Amino acid sequence: MTTENKICFQHGMRDGSPIALGYFAVAFTLGIAARNAGLSAIQALIASALNNASAGEYAGFALIAAGSSYLETAIMTLVVNARYLLMSCALSQKLKPDTHLRHRMLIAYDVTDEIFGICVAQPGYLNPWYAYGAIVVAIPGWALGTFFGVIMGNVLPTRMVSALSVGLYGMFLAIIIPPARKNRVIAGVVAVGFAASFLVNRLPLFDGVSTGIKTIALTIVLALAAAVLFPTDAVNSDKKSSVPAPDSNYEQKKDEVY
Amino acid sequence: MEHNIWLYLLVMAAVSYLIRMAPLVLIRREITNKYLRSFLFYVPYATLAVMTFPAIMEATQVPAAGLCALIAGIILAWKGCSLFQVAVFCCAVAFLVELLPFF
Repeated sequence: MTTENKICFQHGMRDGSPIALGYFAVAFTLGIAARNAGLSAIQALIASALNNASAGEYAGFALIAAGSSYLETAIMTLVVNARYLLMSCALSQKLKPDTHLRHRMLIAYDVTDEIFGICVAQPGYLNPWYAYGAIVVAIPGWALGTFFGVIMGNVLPTRMVSALSVGLYGMFLAIIIPPARKNRVIAGVVAVGFAASFLVNRLPLFDGVSTGIKTIALTIVLALAAAVLFPTDAVNSDKKSSVPAPDSNYEQKKDEVY
Repeated sequence: MEHNIWLYLLVMAAVSYLIRMAPLVLIRREITNKYLRSFLFYVPYATLAVMTFPAIMEATQVPAAGLCALIAGIILAWKGCSLFQVAVFCCAVAFLVELLPFF
């Protein structure tokens, strides 16, 4: 590992720690759902370590409990997790074009809302080691949270769980608000996104639509409208390999990342 | 029909991974189309905003706690606080609001 990769890895671990905490709390409730579906603690642990998807796993556990077919389970997983397809498309543009296949395949393992969020928030190209740093702390939080959810049920006070689960949304805000401050179009996308999401979730018209589909549909409509109305050349204008944090005093060495 | 839980888990894991892997492996170069680039540029902001609200109000016992955490989070992020600071402060705000006697 080069010095820069090492620093990126450490920054990833730093940013991954609050994610791991939030994951633990959320996965705890997921573990309760897993137990209700008849999974053992080990099965739930492995399910979480391999899937890294809250809504996708909830849906999967529900189908297991109902004794659905494998095909149904596959289709449901596809639909509920389809937003990751979009995220991976966006993330592909954060990678240096010559990024090795093994890096691409490894990062793909844990493209979650949160890991994706902190990765796109990195200035310039994403150093895969930053993602790895975040992943190695976040996945144990997620998998162990599910594990303990199965064996301990409702031991953690609900107050704690609800307070901790807010932390994940706090992270989303820390990712989208600073760019929104600098870029009016992003600010508009965020504001309209809040409003549209609120309406779609509250109007009885959309009651039958799953949260996953709502998220995908709104994302596509909003990003498409913004792209057509305000096409930007500012996309990754600061593209160069860089160490993650602005507070880092590490002397930047370009083109030695891989 | 008897189903095996391990097979379910395998199906779920395979689908989840393929969805994430395909774009990263297949889109190997920088997209040059201005509109497509712009679209992908706006995707993270759109999707994270949509996922945050109103979901943050449903994550807490009382919606007001989530709303206060949202407002606090926006202010702190606007002021340039770190990811960790914003996340922890949001948790603290939600926790304190839920302790208030009138909820």
